[in-house]
Amino acid sequence: MSIKNTKETWLFSISPNNKFFSINFNEIWQYRDLLFLFVKRDVITAHKQTVLGPLWYLIQPLFTSITFTIIFNNLAGIETGSVPPFLFNLTGIAVWNYFTSCLTGTSNTFANNAGIFGKVYFPRMISPLSKVISNLLKFGIQLIILTVFYLYFYLNGAAISLNFSFILFPFIVLIIGIFGLGLGMIISSMVTKYRDLNYLVGFGVQLLMYVSAVMYPMALVQQKMPNFVWLVKYNPLAYIIESTRHMILNVGQLSIGGLVYTLGVTIAVFIVGILLFNRTEKNFIDTV
Amino acid sequence: MRKDIILSIENVSKQYRLGQIGTGALGHDLNRWWHRIRGKEDPYLKIGEVNDRSTKGTSDYVWALKDINFKVERGEVVGVIGKNGAGKSTLLKLMSRVTSPTTGEINFGGRVASLLEVGTGFHGEMTGRENIFLNGAILGMTKKEIASKLDEIIEFSGCERYIDTPVKRYSSGMYVRLAFAVAAFLEPEILIVDEVLAVGDAEFQKKAIGKMQDISRGGGRTVLFVSHNMAAVKQLCSKVIVLEFGTVVFEGNTNDGIEYYLQSNQYDGYIGHYVNEAVEESGFVSLALLDKNDAIRTEFGFDELITIKINVKVTEQHLNSHIGFRVIDRNERVIFTSEIELASEIDKDGLYQFEVKLPQQFLVPNKFKLTFGMHIPNVALIDYQEECLSFEIVETGSDFHMYGNNDYGCIFVDCNWNLIKVN
Repeated sequence: MSIKNTKETWLFSISPNNKFFSINFNEIWQYRDLLFLFVKRDVITAHKQTVLGPLWYLIQPLFTSITFTIIFNNLAGIETGSVPPFLFNLTGIAVWNYFTSCLTGTSNTFANNAGIFGKVYFPRMISPLSKVISNLLKFGIQLIILTVFYLYFYLNGAAISLNFSFILFPFIVLIIGIFGLGLGMIISSMVTKYRDLNYLVGFGVQLLMYVSAVMYPMALVQQKMPNFVWLVKYNPLAYIIESTRHMILNVGQLSIGGLVYTLGVTIAVFIVGILLFNRTEKNFIDTV
Repeated sequence: MRKDIILSIENVSKQYRLGQIGTGALGHDLNRWWHRIRGKEDPYLKIGEVNDRSTKGTSDYVWALKDINFKVERGEVVGVIGKNGAGKSTLLKLMSRVTSPTTGEINFGGRVASLLEVGTGFHGEMTGRENIFLNGAILGMTKKEIASKLDEIIEFSGCERYIDTPVKRYSSGMYVRLAFAVAAFLEPEILIVDEVLAVGDAEFQKKAIGKMQDISRGGGRTVLFVSHNMAAVKQLCSKVIVLEFGTVVFEGNTNDGIEYYLQSNQYDGYIGHYVNEAVEESGFVSLALLDKNDAIRTEFGFDELITIKINVKVTEQHLNSHIGFRVIDRNERVIFTSEIELASEIDKDGLYQFEVKLPQQFLVPNKFKLTFGMHIPNVALIDYQEECLSFEIVETGSDFHMYGNNDYGCIFVDCNWNLIKVN
């Protein structure tokens, strides 16, 4: 009796060979329902049994902007040109919030999901991806309040207007999401073995805000501290924030070179993130 | 004749690192990377010991699984049994793609769904209905599939009334029933189940086993089933694989496999043999528990023949004594005592051997101790060995196996049930 193994027709195989770039977009598309349900879960459960619910998404940027305006613009005297300082800060904060929420939401994916990852298989990238998408909703709400204040200042005669490059704004949001996702995946992968990184991310992100031109225009650094302008010039996030302000408030310059640089860094970070993430997902459960 | 192999595991091994994963790991990682750059072998793959949890060992690396090789045909229900720590769950984790093998290859000829835990991904704040969708999607179903089976799932779970309440309000029984209901309607070609039947009450377990039977017989699906519940394994599985210390030690017929597993499970704190050569006058020289092959055992299936072999030395003045034993269960309940008048069997001093055959299918699965005594009734105690032997009766398919850990008595009794009247 002979056993005929139709070896060529296996549906799929598991082996230790870690093909370096083995991202399976097809698989992620297959699991798109799961992605949707994760987003739905995040949205539903974030506000269960709270009184104010999503209103909290408005309070943080509002109070932060007020505080920044008082401290940085009134007390420290940072000039924001013809734009009302409050609006200047609010724009920066809304965009910065999206980035940080993406980063902190994805930078501990493996540890946070060790339970579910240890019991069932699905393309692991679905988890951080769902965070990036559910944070979009939070960002959307903050954009609404930004719009409200925008209209208020506009109708009161402030010298602000939408720049025609505003059509690129969705593109900018996409870059933030991808950058946050890529960086988050890199950190997730490394944190499984070397947990120190968690602390680094914690305070690193706070400090990063100060070199990302959130509450001051980039030109100011060039003017006042030309020796340190490299801190801001090589930070892709600074270009993102400046560009957003340019598109929405028509202030400052749109640096094409800066944007290309940002795009390049984003793509590089994303690719490295995917590679590391893929390698880690196969065996992290043994060490996390 | 062509066999339809749907699952093939070839030379699979899995290595783990013991101890704290701290600053040492970075050094090891760099070392490994340095070796890989130069095209050399992983220096830690060579080290590694057999995964015997009871010994300390010298290496930091162990092989949880080593050189696993077996094939599964379409439609087979394969049981995977072994002691705790034998590598069963690790094998299932590998097959569920939760972690990857250190060496070897696993090949699948069909869609796989894994049940390593009930309620994976359940979120307490979401309602039962929402969780059905979430859990179903996690297990691999599409929204459309789940929606089409939603009513059946809700009905099977028996939680209709609470289906729109957050799951954190459910009792543990409802939780488990809902979770299993979702899993029961999966339609993979290969189903992998890890001891999920160990949770829940008797009714749930019966339902779960019944559903598993439907899946395997009706659906023609291939199932891999890990369990400690020998009765369930016997009921469901056509083939059994026994794992011991990370390797396959038996592959074949279910009954033989279970017997092999029980026979190799010795001396886990149980004592099957007692010896006392230094008996001066009269007393027990040796006591042993044997199976039908005269092997010393401490774990027996409930329907196995247990023989107690007693070697006793009797002197002239103790010819009128009785010898006997008492069976006590884990809760210190005395089950029964049995003894014999020596005078009815022997009339001279000397060394004698007695064999006592315990009735089969008699003792309810439990842990037992034996106390032996030699005495002249109400006069003198000659030799008394308290709880010197111990053994366990394992559930392997009695009529009451579905009652699990519930106390239904000490012994099996055949009563005469007569139907008298029909109204």
